[in-house]
Amino acid sequence: MKVAILKYNAGNIFSVQTALQRLGYVPVLTDEVQRLDKVDRVIFPGVGEARSAMAYLKQRGLDQWLRRTTKPVLGICLGLQLLCEYSEENDTPGLGIFPVSVRRFPPHGKVPHMGWNTIQRLKGRLFRGVPEASYVYFVHSFYPEWHALATAQTIYQVPFSAAMEQGNFFGVQFHPEKSGEVGEHILKNFLEL
Amino acid sequence: MLTRRIIPCLDVHRGQTVKGVQFMDLQPVGDPVQLGQLYAQQGADELAYLDISATVESRRAWEALIRRVARQLNIPFMVGGGVRAVDDVERMLRAGADKVSVNSAAVREPELVSRLSREFGSQCIVVAIDARKENGDWWVYTHGGRRRTAWRALDWAMEVTQRGAGEILLTSMNHDGSREGFAVEIVRRLAEALPIPVIASGGAGKKEHFLQLFRQGRADAALAASVFHFGHMRIDQLKHYLKENGIEVRL
Repeated sequence: MKVAILKYNAGNIFSVQTALQRLGYVPVLTDEVQRLDKVDRVIFPGVGEARSAMAYLKQRGLDQWLRRTTKPVLGICLGLQLLCEYSEENDTPGLGIFPVSVRRFPPHGKVPHMGWNTIQRLKGRLFRGVPEASYVYFVHSFYPEWHALATAQTIYQVPFSAAMEQGNFFGVQFHPEKSGEVGEHILKNFLEL
Repeated sequence: MLTRRIIPCLDVHRGQTVKGVQFMDLQPVGDPVQLGQLYAQQGADELAYLDISATVESRRAWEALIRRVARQLNIPFMVGGGVRAVDDVERMLRAGADKVSVNSAAVREPELVSRLSREFGSQCIVVAIDARKENGDWWVYTHGGRRRTAWRALDWAMEVTQRGAGEILLTSMNHDGSREGFAVEIVRRLAEALPIPVIASGGAGKKEHFLQLFRQGRADAALAASVFHFGHMRIDQLKHYLKENGIEVRL
């Protein structure tokens, strides 16, 4: 099983890499389409700003690759947001795989939403064996709107889609690589699909 | 619901976790990575590693330690101590830290906070504030509490928040080491005034202190060292107690 971590101009690669190593995988870090073609799973992480991240993906032809691929792809945090239709962060069009928009949290609460929160209404393959209301770790200022397609819901000021699944595409707004044993379980589910 | 966080702090001196009172009489309490893992297993929500030697020579060893922690730990951790410039933060983040705290250097050069949050994102920049109450006002101190500044704690916290700090770590020098409870009053003032999370430190002695901090102080997180190192309190037991008393925590 070969796993690639899509390496682009948004940080957080290292913690995903070490999380995979703890699970016994040796991931390839790459932003080259040719190398992505040779792997079995692609993790699309990211902490950063949507517009410049999307510009980088386009420049490298990665946007086209992601739209076309039939390999299982897991977007994490900004990765998930870029797989959505549109983000309010600097008015950025996304890849349009998940039919939702990404909104900014209203300013009356503390932003970013940072820390441990529960995921509920769990369904889909990522959450096999994960108990309802498990705690996972979040750090984000924008959220994917709640949608019937979501496979997990979290509430912070508003209910939002904490995870999505559509065909070979998966996305989580939280950081499984920093979410203790629950996070490891979710990553394992993705790798062992 | 978003939970309140419990953050054990590990002071590191020459590669060992140490405990001591007011930086005196340091005794080794073990390997920082192993101790961190033990705390993570007990339910710590995050860890803080503080380089208390923070000399130029110890930099490499410190980064190597951060890399080891990052490889082993499956929860977030912040590091601090000796951060002077953008470069220092970059190296610590690259070594795998999730957040870096900056203290004296931010007071010396407030623009540093703006640069750091622009460069790396607010979410990984923690501004640590050491404050002491004198004649009814809370003053910011730097250099491990040796130098008083012209900043009042709340003003300074607002200033760095506007400059893009992601979190405030407030240590009350009056309470630090006392084990008689946190500085609930100033924590509450900051927690209510600021649009970012406030981590409170200094004064933890028993479970009731944490309950009071979250209930009356409205802190987002509590940081403590000696109560956990000395084995007076187990993190899982503390969290159960908090849950029973209506505080949302991760169990």
